[in-house]
Amino acid sequence: MNLRQASVLGWVLLGLALLWVGLGVSVGSAGFENLLRPLLDPQAAPEQRAMAQQIFFDIRLPRTLGAWAAGALLGLAGALAQGLFRNPLADPFLLGSASGASLGVALMLAVMGGPGSVLASMMGSGAGFTVFGTGWLVRLGLTGAAFAGAVLAVLLTLMLSSGVQHTVRLLLAGVVVGVVLGALSHLVLLWSPESLQAMQVFMLGSTAFVGWTACWLMLGVWGLALVSGGLLARLLDGLSLGEATARSLGLPLAPMRLALIAVLALATGAAVAQTGLIAFVGLAAPHVVRSLVKTTHIRLLLLSSLMGGVLLMAADTLARWLIAPQELPVGVLTAVLGGGYLLWRMQRGRQLGG
Amino acid sequence: MRWAGFVAMKVWQALVRIRLSVSTCMAALMVGWLAGTALAAPIQVTDDRGVVVTLAQPPQRIVSLLPSLTETVCDLGHCVRLVGVDRYSTYPASVTQLPQVGGGLDPNIEAIVALKPDLVLMATSSRSAQRLESLGVKIMALEPRSHADVQRVLLKLGQVLVVPNAQFIWRNIDLATTAAAQSLPKGLGATRVYFEVNSGPYGAGESSFIGETLTRLGVKNILPASLGPFPKVNPEFVVRANPDLIMVGQRSADGMAQRPGWSGMRAIREQRVCVFTTAESDVLVRPGPRMAEGARLMARCLASKARGATP
Repeated sequence: MNLRQASVLGWVLLGLALLWVGLGVSVGSAGFENLLRPLLDPQAAPEQRAMAQQIFFDIRLPRTLGAWAAGALLGLAGALAQGLFRNPLADPFLLGSASGASLGVALMLAVMGGPGSVLASMMGSGAGFTVFGTGWLVRLGLTGAAFAGAVLAVLLTLMLSSGVQHTVRLLLAGVVVGVVLGALSHLVLLWSPESLQAMQVFMLGSTAFVGWTACWLMLGVWGLALVSGGLLARLLDGLSLGEATARSLGLPLAPMRLALIAVLALATGAAVAQTGLIAFVGLAAPHVVRSLVKTTHIRLLLLSSLMGGVLLMAADTLARWLIAPQELPVGVLTAVLGGGYLLWRMQRGRQLGG
Repeated sequence: MRWAGFVAMKVWQALVRIRLSVSTCMAALMVGWLAGTALAAPIQVTDDRGVVVTLAQPPQRIVSLLPSLTETVCDLGHCVRLVGVDRYSTYPASVTQLPQVGGGLDPNIEAIVALKPDLVLMATSSRSAQRLESLGVKIMALEPRSHADVQRVLLKLGQVLVVPNAQFIWRNIDLATTAAAQSLPKGLGATRVYFEVNSGPYGAGESSFIGETLTRLGVKNILPASLGPFPKVNPEFVVRANPDLIMVGQRSADGMAQRPGWSGMRAIREQRVCVFTTAESDVLVRPGPRMAEGARLMARCLASKARGATP
């Protein structure tokens, strides 16, 4: 019964995703509009066709798919974190990856363009940065800095908690790392206020510049994380019965936990690096799934992932649509949508229960 | 006092019309000076919070917490009266020697009080005003945002500092801005410009300070005033608008061509992109007396990079 429910939900989510890709590529700076018409119409002016093609294939399609991939990564990471910590409040950013990524980005922003910055002169040739710059640092760029920051923060958490044996110690270390790195990035920002606005964009999340490279990268990481998460799902099932039970089942707790944290860090880092700190998808997606079906972790991981993808894609499309040609920060919408839905579920649950 | 300034301006305009000589210039200054002394004691000015600031005499020890206000005080010829500035005030070079009292939004109250200022200039958005006032420090909050604000703030500070020729200084700035626009080659009027403030991407709309300068230069902005001063636009909007020229600050210039779909844009394909250094960006974005210099920077960019201009 549960199995059937789960597979139905899976198919529904996949269908929704497909439907939403269709919607996503039809919503842009001019609101809702069908670009296929100028694309397929042989009589359209070549200039118009080229523009439509560019906007369709180079901007909207990778952006929409990228939003799905980022959401899927966050949903997966959220389910992993909640299972690993046996805590419904856990989210993908719990081990400090969010503040690590922020610090990476803040440092990068400060170093790249500070007045009379060492780097600008290091990059050579008077003007320093040009649009066509090819310096290694530019290549590595903010994406690399965010990813490195996220992963390093998790490593730091692991070091501080001296291993993965104690869940509480791990959680505390994660909170400490989060607070300290967060404070550091605010300090960096205070000294280079010009980067404040760019930083705000990062903190609220944005899929505006997700291209094909970013999209494939995220999808690749997603595949990897899903498979390894699936292989480790046994541990999560065991853990949900309590640590002692998990141990008595003969599961190698420490190495499996470490592997799970690695998957968690990788998935979160990849999503954060490309799209910034998108709030709440990771927290909400597993809850929404659990409120719909009760199932084992291997399915929960997959379903949370699909749910996260659909959630973020929906939020991104709305963010582009609501005040076009301006954009809302997508993180704001995910928080409002996800939070609203969860509240509604809780309210209803209470009514049914009472 | 309004009419006095008005009369001074009218007289000045008349004098400009009849090709002024040195003596007529002196006469204009006299009129301005008379207008200045007429409101000398005590000085009463309404600041941007709507608070009437009363000063018994012109301030001698000023702390400025906003770069554009620092520049305005210096442009009025009273740089020496500044005793402290915020950490972002970098122009003119002499102010970098002054004690720094933190930033506009996070000023060091203690450091400000220790400087014993008789006037602190700050933005209205700063939360420190109340704290400083309760410590007995005179505050004047001014928030220049537009070309008109530059004039208003300059004249207000001129009144406070009893600068008789503030009106004249403003006229010079205004004329120099017009001159920058007139220096442009003909036929650039159809140029459509995208000015990126930040890689969000936030652009400068028509109603922003930068947008006003662009309008005065007679070129078109792809971001209409209806979008507000600094809209965060969908990158697709820029691709679709396909501007003839892109202006961008150094810090957000990197990787612009690598953004999805942007490499095909005409401006990027034909390398019609002006990258302003950080110091230049400061001039462009600060609504202060260097407004004309900002207009010249943009005019130089247009003259060298715009389609139809002969480099």
